[in-house]
Amino acid sequence: MTAIFPLWLIPALPFAGFLLNGILGRRLPKWLVTGIAILAPLGSFVVVLGNMFGMFGDMPWPIFLSSDFRVVENVGTWLNVGSLHVPFSFTLDHLSLLMLLVVTGVGFLIHLYSVGYMEHDGAYWRYFSYLNLFLFFMTVLVLSSNVLLMFVGWEGVGLASYLLIGFWYQKQSAADAGKKAFIVNRIGDFGFLIGIFLLIANFGTLTFSDMAVQVSANPALAGGVITTICLCLLVGATGKSAQLPLYVWLPDAMEGPTPVSALIHAATMVTAGVYMIARTHFLFDRSPYALSVVAIVGTLTALFAATMALVQTDIKRVLAYSTVSQLGYMFLGCGVAAYSAAIFHLMTHAFFKALLFLGAGSVIHAMAGEQDMRKMGGLRKKMPITFWTMTAAVFAISGIPGFSGFFSKDAILASAFADGSLGKVLWFVGAVTALLTAFYMFRLWYMTFFGSTRDEHAHPHESPLSMTVPLAILGVLSVCGGWVAIGGGFYRFLAPVLGPRPEEAGSMEYGLMGIAVALAALGWYIAHRLYHQKPGSAQALAEAMPATYKILLRKYYVDEIYAVLLVKPLLMLSRFVLEWVVDFAILGGLAWLLGGTATLGGAILQRWQSGNLRSYAAWLALGAAALLLFLIFGHAMGQNFAIAVRY
Amino acid sequence: MNALHGAVPIAWYLILSALLFSLGVVGFLIKRNLITVFMSIELMLNGVNLSFVAFAHQWHQAKGQIFVFFVMMVAAAEAAVGLAIIIAVFRARATLAVDRIDLMKL
Repeated sequence: MTAIFPLWLIPALPFAGFLLNGILGRRLPKWLVTGIAILAPLGSFVVVLGNMFGMFGDMPWPIFLSSDFRVVENVGTWLNVGSLHVPFSFTLDHLSLLMLLVVTGVGFLIHLYSVGYMEHDGAYWRYFSYLNLFLFFMTVLVLSSNVLLMFVGWEGVGLASYLLIGFWYQKQSAADAGKKAFIVNRIGDFGFLIGIFLLIANFGTLTFSDMAVQVSANPALAGGVITTICLCLLVGATGKSAQLPLYVWLPDAMEGPTPVSALIHAATMVTAGVYMIARTHFLFDRSPYALSVVAIVGTLTALFAATMALVQTDIKRVLAYSTVSQLGYMFLGCGVAAYSAAIFHLMTHAFFKALLFLGAGSVIHAMAGEQDMRKMGGLRKKMPITFWTMTAAVFAISGIPGFSGFFSKDAILASAFADGSLGKVLWFVGAVTALLTAFYMFRLWYMTFFGSTRDEHAHPHESPLSMTVPLAILGVLSVCGGWVAIGGGFYRFLAPVLGPRPEEAGSMEYGLMGIAVALAALGWYIAHRLYHQKPGSAQALAEAMPATYKILLRKYYVDEIYAVLLVKPLLMLSRFVLEWVVDFAILGGLAWLLGGTATLGGAILQRWQSGNLRSYAAWLALGAAALLLFLIFGHAMGQNFAIAVRY
Repeated sequence: MNALHGAVPIAWYLILSALLFSLGVVGFLIKRNLITVFMSIELMLNGVNLSFVAFAHQWHQAKGQIFVFFVMMVAAAEAAVGLAIIIAVFRARATLAVDRIDLMKL
């Protein structure tokens, strides 16, 4: 099967946008920069849509959900080493199609939003070239047919993330946050790389489909090596998807512009770890141990991050911890082998979390850069579009029935409950997290939009059209995005890639659903009591439990613990051993030695170069005389030398 | 064996040749005037020429004599070019002292 539009166009268009804006952007007029930046993701989105309609166009609605298709496009050869062949090849299947729709679709909306948000920024062209670069690498990551090309995209999105977090690099905290994200991701990538090496050693190929064939042809393949590979891949995924213990970079990544947080640090890049696990699910399926680790890491992260989100006052930080928490849900889904449920939550999360960030950006824009929720309030009347779209997103993430997040979160929790005794525990933790999620999201909602304005200096106003249109579209998606799974169509669609959904809890599911809804409602109620009915009572509660409040506010001191355990010793090692001993003493000494030798030799040799013609002539004459003497008297010496050589 | 051969042995020619050459070398080294230095070079060349001719006559071979013609021809060319350079240097520097012409540019 071939694609209607070549698949390489999907990454190539954003790359062209990156080159054009990156090289010429400084000299181009603003409308042209905007045009290039917007058309690149739109073009990719159209190519994806065109391919989709080309494949399904003549099929009626429910039939195409069950259709099987797989397009592999070979663009060229990359590595041909011994028996290892790694081509530049792209695969369009159900999973990558869905991911591409989310990445290019949401990506386009966020590009559009950025036009309004970044309007007054001096480095407008640089911002959009980075954003296009990100989209290029993200589409490569999603389309890749093999692990190595995926790794290229993986590293590339990390680079784009670094560039965009540190976009306002004049600010020290932004530059530091960029470095932190990059370095923490390197730790995860180290695990991913080891996993890739183990895959080469054990499979001799890196192509997903070939590996899947090998795994299915060999039922005995399980345990040991597979578990090691899966755990290595998981380390990579925890880095990119901000899971315990490598989540620390994501909250700091909020230093970047808000649309970047929406696109990279909520909707697309951070879900790459989930996508990677879903792509290699045939390996994880063979290792129950690795799956349990995935589920436990995900659940703990979900709970841990949700508790930290409870007390944050910076609107973007609340959303950052919420993202970490929701990614934990996706890992829980993967860990109980409900990959399609995890991908479902990935999709709905992309809608509502991108919307939450964009809405927060709209609020921050209106408050002239203020991010502290304690200074907001009463924005409901002043920014109606932002308020209503944000409300849709808050309802979605809190799991209010009918909204998208309700379906996906419920699918994950139901799958967890059905997964044995460990699954019951994980379900319980996940349900508690759902309560916390509803609480902190409604806390944000009340603090931002209700009550009275707490900052008299601010003159909030609704954002321009380029910002409100993406908000509205994402709002619709946040409400309706979950309906695709009613009747199981979504799972049937992904089944050819991810396998059928594991056994449901059956009639239990409605009971679980009821509990989840009750918990969400409870979270809403508590937030309503604390932040709407009696605005001072939250303060009183914090004062009643000062230790708990402080620990949560300081984020369990994780950054401080990492600083003491890892960062400080590493810096000390760098300073004393690497800088002073290795750099100054050994390398510096070597350089001094070489330089000194050259200087000394030069000092001696430069005496020959006096610039005096007659001294040159004298040396010439002396040399000629010496040669003559050697010819006359050196004959005997020469013979001795010849004899010495002969023997 | 003609009278000339008997009268003047080849060693005398060679000694004269060496003397001329050495005078040329010494002149080259101790004189400061560029024209004198130039003349010293000519002296060295002619010292060598003399030994060429002497050996050619001794061994009854034409090669040495032909070589001398070549040397003279090249020396003439060298003199033409060299004197042109000397004139150019003098115009630029108003001096012909070799010690002061050491900047490798005019």
